[in-house]
Amino acid sequence: MAPRLVVIGNGMAGVRTVEEILARGGGFEITVFGDEPYGNYNRIMLSNVLAGVQDEAGIFLNDLSWYADNAITLHTGTRIARIDRFAKQVYAEDGSATAYDKLIIATGSRAFVPPIPGIHRPGRGYHQGVFAFRTLDDTRAMIRYAREHERAVVIGGGLLGLEAARGLQNHLGHVTLVHAAGHLMNAQLDAQGGAILRRSVEQLGIDIVTGAHTTEILGKHEVTGVRLKDGRVLDCDVVVVAAGIRANATVAETAGLVVERGIVVDDQMRAQDEPDIYAVGECAQHRGETYGLVAPLWEQAKVLADHLTGRDPHAAYHGSRVATKLKVAGVDVAAMGVKEAERDDDETLVFSEPRKGIYKSVVIRDGRLIGATLVGDVSKVAFLMQAFDRGLALPEDRVELMFDLGGPPAEVSAAELADDAQVCNCNGVSKATIVQTVHGGCRTVSGVMDRTRAGKGCGTCKGLVQQIVEWAAGGEAEEDPGASWYVPGVPMPKPELMHAIRTHGLRSVSSVFATLVPGGEEDAKSKMGLASLLKMMWGAEYVDERDARFINDRVHANIQRDGTFSVVPQMKGGVTTPAQLRRIAEVAERHDVPMVKLTGGQRIDLLGVPKEKLPQIWAELDMPSGYAYGKSFRTVKTCVGSDYCRFGVGDSTALGIAIEERFQGIEGPGKMKLAVTGCPRNCAEAYVKDLGVVAVDGGRWEIYVGGAAGAHVRKGDLLATVGSADEVITLTGRFLQYYRENANWLERTYAFVPRVGIEHLRAIVVDDAEGLAADLDAAMAASVAGYRDPWKERAEPVTPGQFRTSLPLVVLPQVPVR
Amino acid sequence: MNGLRGHRLGSLDEIPVGEGRTYTVDGEMVAVFRLRDGSVRAVSALCPHRGGPLADGQIDNTVVVCPMHLFVFDLATGCSLSGQPDLTSFPVGVDADRTIVIYPEVSP
Repeated sequence: MAPRLVVIGNGMAGVRTVEEILARGGGFEITVFGDEPYGNYNRIMLSNVLAGVQDEAGIFLNDLSWYADNAITLHTGTRIARIDRFAKQVYAEDGSATAYDKLIIATGSRAFVPPIPGIHRPGRGYHQGVFAFRTLDDTRAMIRYAREHERAVVIGGGLLGLEAARGLQNHLGHVTLVHAAGHLMNAQLDAQGGAILRRSVEQLGIDIVTGAHTTEILGKHEVTGVRLKDGRVLDCDVVVVAAGIRANATVAETAGLVVERGIVVDDQMRAQDEPDIYAVGECAQHRGETYGLVAPLWEQAKVLADHLTGRDPHAAYHGSRVATKLKVAGVDVAAMGVKEAERDDDETLVFSEPRKGIYKSVVIRDGRLIGATLVGDVSKVAFLMQAFDRGLALPEDRVELMFDLGGPPAEVSAAELADDAQVCNCNGVSKATIVQTVHGGCRTVSGVMDRTRAGKGCGTCKGLVQQIVEWAAGGEAEEDPGASWYVPGVPMPKPELMHAIRTHGLRSVSSVFATLVPGGEEDAKSKMGLASLLKMMWGAEYVDERDARFINDRVHANIQRDGTFSVVPQMKGGVTTPAQLRRIAEVAERHDVPMVKLTGGQRIDLLGVPKEKLPQIWAELDMPSGYAYGKSFRTVKTCVGSDYCRFGVGDSTALGIAIEERFQGIEGPGKMKLAVTGCPRNCAEAYVKDLGVVAVDGGRWEIYVGGAAGAHVRKGDLLATVGSADEVITLTGRFLQYYRENANWLERTYAFVPRVGIEHLRAIVVDDAEGLAADLDAAMAASVAGYRDPWKERAEPVTPGQFRTSLPLVVLPQVPVR
Repeated sequence: MNGLRGHRLGSLDEIPVGEGRTYTVDGEMVAVFRLRDGSVRAVSALCPHRGGPLADGQIDNTVVVCPMHLFVFDLATGCSLSGQPDLTSFPVGVDADRTIVIYPEVSP
């Protein structure tokens, strides 16, 4: 018989844990007790219900059929009165007993109601007109009562109190918020941020009294007002208490479990000294912390499910770095880490624009973000949360932490965007499609991107997609476990992956899947990235499985929309000859090549070539491949340089040809487009290349890295200024190799360079501060030595049918012949 | 299946392991894939999105990814996993002399 799992608590933590257990194959006979008479609902959304922007039906997470479908016994409206941990039974208030093998306590928390005289009526609970704000029943009662009354006082100026105040405005005329601390949301915000939030909230028509202790609730039969410590009386007929929450741990405490502020648990969420009792969610206290937010709770649920099902015996919860992003009473607020500087050498940046209700502060320690507060403008929150969570290196210009400088215009917020607005302009995905996908149960950014293809084109809309997913998930967006992996199908970041590949001596893509993926499952979308990585790491020793290659790399040409291919011969530095041109012209004419086009990289593109003709065309051209199809070194664009140009100060064409000759065909995590320009007039666009070289007067060369002029436009950062062409080639090789070894798959240099930081790159590539230069140079030299022109692969197909057409017989969208 | 020989497409050796090739069956284009687990799959050859040649796509033991815009389809069922219309899947196998055979639809 399956072991019996009993869950006390039918809220978000308990049911989420059950969902995670089911997702891992279950294996338990599950019984859930909930003291509310409903299925499982999203408590966070109660403020939306109060505000009237969402109806009750919309906040339910699992209806009763879900429990039935998963063979879960659900007892609603049943409060557990007692746990007998020796007999391993739980007793409900109705006297019934249920035995368990494993017990999860997920009783959440309850509203903290301060002992204010008059708040209770002897024998009947709260005084008439007094409400807590915790459950669906609380919310319903509050709405019903508020509609028939005029003035409300909300006690508590934290998140919940602000939400209650804003929501109540929909139901009655006048709302006053009374807060004991000196400023609003004092747990999250510093005084200045709180003051700015206050202005914004007051503009919504809510009166605010801070530093105000409520000493008495007035009214004989029903509430007529509240009295403050300074003697003031605020007339009102509704009082909502939102003064915080306390863990519901009484039943655990009575059973003899260790309870402090919550039920004390270890890293497996196990109650202290209890092998079979666990606690998750707001009722649990882990390493001295209790959490009242949803993200930590999700992490706890996963760890507990991994542990209970045996999926990952080493699963451990290490606590959460809490970062919140909320809309509080209509105002965007985000807070993470510390509120203000704590040590003398902490750096603090503050920007305040009270007139617009904007406040931003960040706290930095030892170059890492340790806290941030944003009010009114949270456009940078995704970046800050990431930097906070992962301890990323911060931009040298600290102001970039607060503002987008020179970037695209201010982003439209997810909420404001019209439903039919096109979010992804490459793949034509609307906001509504993304929202539907999220509501359909897909709550990770990458999951939504996979299903809708949003953000999978040029990628510039990814930030907006992320915002929409977070908004649509109502604060329940899930962290994407794969975000840090090199490829989606192998659960490891790049350094770990490379280490494992070396340790196990994995020389083929299939051996990587077999050895490093639990279950050995292959993943089509991971093959290309792995192939590139293995080729870079092993060179000639790489076992080349052709199916791991993308079609372009199988046939050394770029697939076009009609299934034909483009042929771009190498033309080093964009320099050609009449003989070469004549040959290209003859081949194009002989084969009726539908379009001949000059590329942006100063080459000639023959478009519309059927796959089966590729080998013949290569043979007739008898020119090397220009690699215009791979995630690889592409081309070096040059200007005419000092030989002819009257402004040129350096021989850019000769250097460009030399660079292309050396690094031709080198594969990498992304394309590498280079340029050499003969003077700072920049005719070869070297400032916006992955690596661009600019001749400056005095026989010197500047090397810029991380530039881009595609969907993303960025001027490269100056890596070094050197005195000779040889040094340019050495540093180019070293930089490209460092990029190859350290960039994420498909991460272009324009993202890689700012992520790693130009100072760090300079230290490694130019100053050799970490002693890596010799290894980098040697690795690049080995790759260079391994170069073979793929277009020589034409006499015999490498695989059967390598160049056989896959083109359909039916008519495809035709590319017009010009 | 007596008497139903099915369509014999050619030798399994025409398809490299882990790749696909296109065949014509009754005038219809079919992409046949040879999976790394040793089995074969057959689905309609065209991506319903923009007509991408699926035989040029990358596969694993479950899905094919269209080379054009990276839409994903289940190889066994033809079902789209990325919101496009589904492909047709064909019953396919390899007979004793390593010939790929598309079996006729089993009529009820």
